[in-house]
Amino acid sequence: MSKMAVNGALVLATLYMLLPLAWLLIAATKDMGGLFGGDGFAFDGFHFTENVKAVNNESDGIYWRWYLNSLLYAGVGAALGSFVSVLAGYAFDKFDFPGKEKLFGGVLLGVLVPTTAVALPLYLLASKVGLVNTFWAVFIPVIVNPFGVYLARVFSAGYIPGEVLEAARMDGAGEIRTFRSVALPMMMPGFVTIFLFQFTAIWNNFFLPLVMLSDQKLYPVSLGLYSWNTNAHASPEFYPLVITGSLMAVVPLVVAFVSLQRHWRSGLSAGSVK
Amino acid sequence: MNTSLRAGRRRRKTTAALFLTPFYVLFIATMIVPIGYAIWLSLFTEKTSGLGFGGTRRVFTGLGNYADALGDDKFRDGFIAIGLYCLLYIPIMVGAALVLALLLDSALARARRFFQLALFLPHAVPGIIAALIWVYLYTPGLSPIIDLLESGGLHWDFLASDTALFSIVNIATWEWIGYNMIIFYAALQAIPREVVEAATVDGAGPVRIAVSVKIPMIRAAVAMTMLFTIIGSLQLFTEPSILSDANPAVGSSWTPNMYAYSAAFRANDFGLAAAASVLLAVFAAALSFGVTRLSSGRRTA
Repeated sequence: MSKMAVNGALVLATLYMLLPLAWLLIAATKDMGGLFGGDGFAFDGFHFTENVKAVNNESDGIYWRWYLNSLLYAGVGAALGSFVSVLAGYAFDKFDFPGKEKLFGGVLLGVLVPTTAVALPLYLLASKVGLVNTFWAVFIPVIVNPFGVYLARVFSAGYIPGEVLEAARMDGAGEIRTFRSVALPMMMPGFVTIFLFQFTAIWNNFFLPLVMLSDQKLYPVSLGLYSWNTNAHASPEFYPLVITGSLMAVVPLVVAFVSLQRHWRSGLSAGSVK
Repeated sequence: MNTSLRAGRRRRKTTAALFLTPFYVLFIATMIVPIGYAIWLSLFTEKTSGLGFGGTRRVFTGLGNYADALGDDKFRDGFIAIGLYCLLYIPIMVGAALVLALLLDSALARARRFFQLALFLPHAVPGIIAALIWVYLYTPGLSPIIDLLESGGLHWDFLASDTALFSIVNIATWEWIGYNMIIFYAALQAIPREVVEAATVDGAGPVRIAVSVKIPMIRAAVAMTMLFTIIGSLQLFTEPSILSDANPAVGSSWTPNMYAYSAAFRANDFGLAAAASVLLAVFAAALSFGVTRLSSGRRTA
């Protein structure tokens, strides 16, 4: 095996990964004519600003409403969800109580049951209690993250030595005070990792909003783009909107992953080595 | 002293309960109760009463909805479609991720950080957008890939009925190779260097080391990846739904999940939809329980 062969194979795989993204980037600069005629990987004419304007103008700027919704669902949902996971994971790691491993087994079962298999039952229940087509119908379920609890337990075991807690207790700090000022800061890297994974999972979530929401104003970006794509079959002027809107939805995630590499790497290996 | 120790222990129990409460309240409300409600709903069916006056009436049917779902060719075809999908997808995706991780782990690889990041990037793309990009790349007229193939004299219709499975597998592979490659790569990095050195001294080449030393040592990571891939495959919905708009061969109940969705929202048959969802959840839990038992059993043996 030569150096050429190894690196050549890696370059080929990278091309397969990056070409669709390159196409998205280039396609977002084209108008309708350029999109359907000509070379897909060549720039011809620069219509990116016009495309962004078209996205802005469509249905009174509803795209940005979707964007804000996604930020709320994913940003606030992941922050709250990670905190709930860290609390539970810390309790599982550092406290002893009856039935602990049985309860934790329930969490693992939650990891194994597919979320989309639960989405429809959730819809049935939400329609029973009148929560369908509200912000809460999408927001509440995404906070729950059994895999986050699992990761938090692993991180708590790895980051917080038991002696540090004993020392804090000796100094007379209560349990909550100890958690807030000693344990939580030590678990911060784990918190960020769980947040990052949950943020992307919610940002990418499609099935739950599709089932729950009929009011376009409550849509996240994913569902909004889906509805535009459905329109595109009848009116092709929606194609540039879908493409440009997709690019603008992808960019923040790519930026987050590039700048937070250290965290998702440690998260992925924590999930696998244990 | 003794009493304060006991008080501390009691306080800790209270704190544990306090810390676990938010998670369990939400967990019960969003997973346990909905599944329970779905099981209850699945035992009933809506009957139109009389001549259609007076709306519908809910009638107990026992396991009737389960019999209807299991007796429906479309529902069973969904499981067959998932089975075929797994048969094609798992070897391709896991195999490619493993090969890439091994290449990256070999001493010959350069620019490791760059390759890791570049290969992982598609995973940052939301599934729905990944599906949209690829469906556009499958569409004649829009797609530079089809133009490229045509100029090479190749005709490949990505949206034909017999290529649909491949087209969906390609989208999923693109989304997940990088993610699993990083997991394998992290596991490979944890192998003690002495083990690899010893094999080298014994005269083993890089391919031999990969097959006989490295892969067996990361078997746990590979097993876990397969487990999560199977769970993910069972809930397949986004990619085939997007593709079904452009390709009539992918019908509205191509996967069990799509079947449940159309039972609820096209046919308004909530009893049937609930039964299909419960069957899917039970099947997924049983399958993953089995796989976990199998892989952990093998590890202790």
